[in-house]
Amino acid sequence: MYLSSSRSQDTATGVRRDRARAAGGVVTANVVALGLVSLVTDISSEMVTAVMPVYLVAGLGLSILQFGFLDGLYQGVTVFLRLAGGHIADRFAARKKVAAVGYGVSAVSKLGFPLIGASVPGIGTLLAVDRAGKGLRTAPRDALISLSSTPESQGKAFGVHRALDTVGAFTGPFIAFLILSAVATAYDAVFVVSFCVGAVGLLMLLLFVRDRPSPASERKAASTRAGLRLLRDAPFRRLCGCALLLGAATVSDAFVFLVLQRRLDLAGHWFPLLPLGTAGVYLLLALPMGLVADRVGRRTVFLLGHVALGGVYALLAGPVGGLALLAGVFVLHGTFYAMTDGVLMAAAGAGLPAPLRTSGLAVLQTGQAAGKFVSSVAFGWAWTRWGPERAVMWSGAALAVAFAVSAAVMGGARARARWGR
Amino acid sequence: MHDGDAEPVGALFTRRRVLAFVLALVVLAGLGVAYTVHAIEREDKKKYGGNGTAPGPVPLSLQGPPRLLFRSTESGPGYGHVAAVDAAAPGGARQVADRTCDRLYAAAGRALCLIVDRGVISRNYALVLDDQLREVRRVELAGTPNRARLSASGRMASWTVFVYGDSYAATSFSTRTSVLDTRSGELVQSLEDFAVTKDGADVRTPDRNFWGVTFTADDNTFYATMSTGGPPHTYLVRGDLKARTMTVLRENVECPSLSPDGTRLVFKKKVSNDGRNPWRLYVLDLASGTETALAETRGVDDQAVWLDDHTVAYGLPTGAGAGSDVWSVPADGSGAATRLVAGAFSPAPLR
Repeated sequence: MYLSSSRSQDTATGVRRDRARAAGGVVTANVVALGLVSLVTDISSEMVTAVMPVYLVAGLGLSILQFGFLDGLYQGVTVFLRLAGGHIADRFAARKKVAAVGYGVSAVSKLGFPLIGASVPGIGTLLAVDRAGKGLRTAPRDALISLSSTPESQGKAFGVHRALDTVGAFTGPFIAFLILSAVATAYDAVFVVSFCVGAVGLLMLLLFVRDRPSPASERKAASTRAGLRLLRDAPFRRLCGCALLLGAATVSDAFVFLVLQRRLDLAGHWFPLLPLGTAGVYLLLALPMGLVADRVGRRTVFLLGHVALGGVYALLAGPVGGLALLAGVFVLHGTFYAMTDGVLMAAAGAGLPAPLRTSGLAVLQTGQAAGKFVSSVAFGWAWTRWGPERAVMWSGAALAVAFAVSAAVMGGARARARWGR
Repeated sequence: MHDGDAEPVGALFTRRRVLAFVLALVVLAGLGVAYTVHAIEREDKKKYGGNGTAPGPVPLSLQGPPRLLFRSTESGPGYGHVAAVDAAAPGGARQVADRTCDRLYAAAGRALCLIVDRGVISRNYALVLDDQLREVRRVELAGTPNRARLSASGRMASWTVFVYGDSYAATSFSTRTSVLDTRSGELVQSLEDFAVTKDGADVRTPDRNFWGVTFTADDNTFYATMSTGGPPHTYLVRGDLKARTMTVLRENVECPSLSPDGTRLVFKKKVSNDGRNPWRLYVLDLASGTETALAETRGVDDQAVWLDDHTVAYGLPTGAGAGSDVWSVPADGSGAATRLVAGAFSPAPLR
């Protein structure tokens, strides 16, 4: 069995003391360090995200319509790199190194913007490079978090990490707008500062995060075939399937905030602040939900998080308006993230064999990303076809089906496990 | 330090590593601050460092001899201000007003001025100005100013702004075009609320975007650009404000501008997929439907204006700087483009 063998190997290696501390209720220094790396990196990338629209239109004078074709490029690159990165990280026990390459690539890409100027293919390539870096680093980072924590405290570790991560998402846009209000049209200052902040994150990773040393036998075990064989493991396969299914019924943030803006008829300048409402609730609840997940079951919490998402849909399509709608969406959307994002990784983490943990998490994240991609295409299509309200209603119906199927699949699995398998 | 060693748990937070990190932090923070300060100085110098004309003591009036009104982009104290030159000698001295605008248009003793009020969160406004450039009406905009136009009588005002779909998916953009009746005060928030027909059938796709309105002499009929579909196509539409309807006339027409005699439209036509300058200026004869390419060979991203029935003018960036020049070209495809005013943008003839 994967589970038992990986556990015995874990205790044989040097992470013993880390784990003992985690079991005693302390989150390891490694997890905190990774959280701080994510915090700083998120500030860096949120800065760019925040100024990009203004930069493209006001700074470069590009037509809005020339930008449609940039989007498609990302998806494929990210998926491939995520899987390849996960495999390489396991094969060479180089989780930290692969993550460092990912963080480094993203940081350096920021310097490209002022150099490349008003070239649409150039900007598209740089955005793709930035996302490639993100695709590359996510699975090894989550594997490091998982490997730095005991099986019992996975939820807590991911909760701490995601809370720190979200602090970065909060601060980034503010720093960007502060810089922009000082420099007006000197967008290159934002990019250079973003690079500097990204470099700080990379340094923190290199200096303070410790990879889990793996014996040579473990590395050999991490073959491509073994990675593929992970999907033969029924509980993991079910989790991936449910993540994909539920992901396909998850309306992307962009659309949630667009519908919210339409419902509230918000003035344009408030719009960039909407994601911060969700992030605020997520920030507060990430750790508590992680702890709850450790206690009552991560899969259960992950599944129930989608009830909160259903609540978001009900509010968006329902009769409630004004401040109640705004606050309700923030609370439920933030709760949804707190119950699902880190919790899903925590749910998978403990069950995956240590030598293959990065590959496994990469597969799981790819499944979820694929689901979300399907969702955003479908939602965009439904919006065009029927308008936002009915698109939300259809998403609600899809979510109900995905929830029922997932509950049956995961509940069934647990029931079988309980009946003495 | 024993990297990868089995025993030293948490040992990575050693004094040496923390010290190295603090040093690097200081260097990177210094780099970021120094670059930002440098960028602020560079931009300030570019905009205000030159010896361009300063705002003068004599107020600029829209009444008077024929002139060309524009936004001054000459480096100096008048950068960004409303300015005017003699229509007969556009290369001569300019008169600069106190008023600043990011986009500008004027007709019949009235001006439309779009401004960005920069702050931690920028706010944008459309200002209707009287002939002394005093504010008579203010409308908050939903996004960044792009196009501004008044009807020849000065009664109808229209503007287009860029709206950023959201801050997480940076590639989602849309435009919003509004029409204001300055006499009645009635405001059409978005042309997207109008019914559109194409070849007799309703166009109901919600991804419609509109921009670049130009009015006819009756202050009710207008022409504009509609974009829809993925990949988006642009269309010329003719609209009726009272009926709240629009009809699609033809494809690949952006930012139309109606000639004073009402017979032709100058517009930008997409001629290549080159991201840097995909457009060329064309003139469409409304009666015959013939299109004529103008002699300007550079890409123009502007809603051109008619100086008279034979000449159009438009802004072009000067290059790397914050500046731009106003150029003109004959409207019949003959001749060549000539630079009318250096350091100017958003031209509007004061007839």
